[in-house]
Amino acid sequence: MASRGETPSQTVGPYFSIGISGPDENVLASDEVQGGRIRVRGRVLDGEGAPVGDALIEVWQANSLGRYRHPDDSRDDIALDEGFTGFGRAATIFETGEYLIDTIKPGPVPDPEGELQAPHLCLIVQARGLLNPLFTRLYFPDEAEANDHDLVLRMVPPERRSTLIASQEDGDPRVYRFDIRLSGEGEIVFFDV
Amino acid sequence: MALGPRIIVTGSVLDQNGEPVPGTLVEIWQANSAGRYAHWRDSESSAPLDPNFLGMGQTVTDAQGVYRFTTIKPGPYPWRNHPNAWRPSHIHFSLMGPALGSRLVTQMYFEGDPMLGLDPIFNAVPSHSRGRMIAAYDHDVTEENWATGYRWDIVIRGRMATPTDPEVG
Repeated sequence: MASRGETPSQTVGPYFSIGISGPDENVLASDEVQGGRIRVRGRVLDGEGAPVGDALIEVWQANSLGRYRHPDDSRDDIALDEGFTGFGRAATIFETGEYLIDTIKPGPVPDPEGELQAPHLCLIVQARGLLNPLFTRLYFPDEAEANDHDLVLRMVPPERRSTLIASQEDGDPRVYRFDIRLSGEGEIVFFDV
Repeated sequence: MALGPRIIVTGSVLDQNGEPVPGTLVEIWQANSAGRYAHWRDSESSAPLDPNFLGMGQTVTDAQGVYRFTTIKPGPYPWRNHPNAWRPSHIHFSLMGPALGSRLVTQMYFEGDPMLGLDPIFNAVPSHSRGRMIAAYDHDVTEENWATGYRWDIVIRGRMATPTDPEVG
């Protein structure tokens, strides 16, 4: 039984870029960081399919070897990368609702049962009018076999799994598209955490 | 130096068991004392900008889980949500705790503000927990000839295994 009540969540409002989300926070990896470079781009869309121009997307991921820079991840046999926190932020462009994240493709991380999860990015989405943050995951279309075995994806009804899998942009295998529909037709899956 | 009543806002970041959470990134943003944000989308405001006030700050909680900011008290501002709609004075807070589920973005309000009852954002929270967003005047925090003091403890969700962020290692 919790002895202290959580401080309630409030909307991030329209002015969050004053305090959070600096201009370069959507670039997670400097040149020295190991791993294959990827770009993730997409739009945040509301229930009518209109772009959300003041959304904040936060990304949290493992490094290319599948280790998180976090005190709880004590697997010292897997190297950490200097200069790679695994955390980044992107604000959507006001006119278009587009966001862009430059990072490296994460390695697989074990699930609680010790099986490897498919490579994925954890995303937190916030926007004006949302009372609470929304938690989702981005999986990769070129990891079909790993996706089929992923513990979290298998909890999602099969007909909705595709909402969590990015698509490959034509012409460049390093660029992935992931649109985040907040509600309505094509709403992506969000998780209770 | 920024214009407006200088205030100190301090408190502890705690988990639900009341244990302090050291190392938590705490970021804030707010309007200036006239009720204007230094943001291009607040350009229709009739209130002036303060060239000496950016309206943002960040810190990390210390070993006892304590954060502390020195700032100015933000002014209330109109926001066109409904006729004669005004936001009560508030400071936006963002906290990055030890797990995905402890991510918290919220707003801190001031004890005794008569506009709290009129604000749909404050009142979007169930009535029994609205008080958790209100900072209390604390004369022990107030510093002579410098600033008045407010105390506000923040409770975030602690570590726990979750479906989206299974424990690793």
